[in-house]
Amino acid sequence: MKPPPFKYHAPASLPEALDLMAQYGYDAKVLAGGQSLVPTMNFRLSNPSVLIDINRIPDMAGIQSWNGGLSIGALTRHVQVEKSPKVLDKLPLLTATMPKIAHPQIRNRGTFGGSLAHADPAAELPALLRAVKGQVKAQSAHGERWINADDFFVDFFTTALQPDEILTEVRLPGLAPRSGWAMDEVSRRHGDFALVGVITVVRVDANGVCEEARMVFFGVGDGPMLAETAAGVLRGEKSTAEAIQTAAEAAAEKDVDPPTDVHATALFRRHLVKVLAQRTLTQAFARATGKEVSS
Amino acid sequence: MTDLVTINLRVNGVDYQRQVEPRLLLSDFIRHDLNLTGTHVGCEHGVCGACTILFDGQPIRSCLLFAVQADGHNILTVEGLAPDADHLHPIQEAFHDAHALQCGFCTPGFVMTLKPFLEENSNPSDEEIREAISGNLCRCTGYDHIVDAVHIAADKMKEASS
Repeated sequence: MKPPPFKYHAPASLPEALDLMAQYGYDAKVLAGGQSLVPTMNFRLSNPSVLIDINRIPDMAGIQSWNGGLSIGALTRHVQVEKSPKVLDKLPLLTATMPKIAHPQIRNRGTFGGSLAHADPAAELPALLRAVKGQVKAQSAHGERWINADDFFVDFFTTALQPDEILTEVRLPGLAPRSGWAMDEVSRRHGDFALVGVITVVRVDANGVCEEARMVFFGVGDGPMLAETAAGVLRGEKSTAEAIQTAAEAAAEKDVDPPTDVHATALFRRHLVKVLAQRTLTQAFARATGKEVSS
Repeated sequence: MTDLVTINLRVNGVDYQRQVEPRLLLSDFIRHDLNLTGTHVGCEHGVCGACTILFDGQPIRSCLLFAVQADGHNILTVEGLAPDADHLHPIQEAFHDAHALQCGFCTPGFVMTLKPFLEENSNPSDEEIREAISGNLCRCTGYDHIVDAVHIAADKMKEASS
């Protein structure tokens, strides 16, 4: 229950941190909020020989308006996102999602970029990044690149980040006109990782016909899972109760491959996928068509 | 043996300089190096909330931070809560009044979580209280008496500030 020894670096600037990443590569782990990393080290599930603590680097936290949406510094704490009036204004979906992440004490320390780079398949933010087609900036000593959400999450706890790269910034586009959103999840206890959760974003045309429906599920596979079959069912359709029902069934049967584990069976998770799909699609289409939504 | 790192920090208003191994958890530093054993260690992986302290005024899990990360920071533990040796903090008084503890192991974590919460929200609803304490586990009380205590504490703190 105590972490193994490691070398500790607390660089004072990003270039210094990137040099350390280049030097240590696979042996190094970035320490941001540490709310997932430190528990795994306490259990000795992870054993990095070098920790690069980025908490002393200035200008890595902050929330800016960007292209109708948001640009969020990787070191921004969850609580800052949760309470930000700018976030509520530009992307209320994100404001609604933040309280679902763990507990207040964890959100005081955990970081926005850290949650994405950790890529827990049961976490909310990776699914949100995919649902809104966000991007992350990866920086290394050799330069920087932007990675689209659909290309970022590779596998269980695995992203497209190279061993010498640090995730430094996240861009979340604003939702297009006539878009609607909803998020929901089922967990055993308040603040637990979700058994199943979903972030849903839809867009309709002027006649209320669905142009796009992005449901991204978490807790049901190796990473955030985009429900593509369900999206195909809805595209070009009016958002009737029947269409939503058909899409929800398609999501549960074709789009996810949930695990059976100590928390829930695969069958139960599929059931939850269907229920959550139905519930969030109904809310999202209501928002897209300007109706009142009770959450 | 890894290299020791020198840290300077303020705990309960007192400045300390210590040398620590980087892997030393802040919770263990507080308990073993500073002998402030009021901060309890339950699960050591961020689930139980017993080790909650205030880090620059915000409640965090001291078992999920390394002591080296506290260099230059300001920490408050349960020992620093009461105004003096003869008086308890209103939250502590309220826990006593409402029988909000039995074994008491989780209590320091609860009161540290609640201090900034009640300073920000002087008239919380049951629902807000339960959300605020959702990251603290208590295996004795069933939480009802804790929620009662928070209401009492809110009233006491309002009285004290009026």
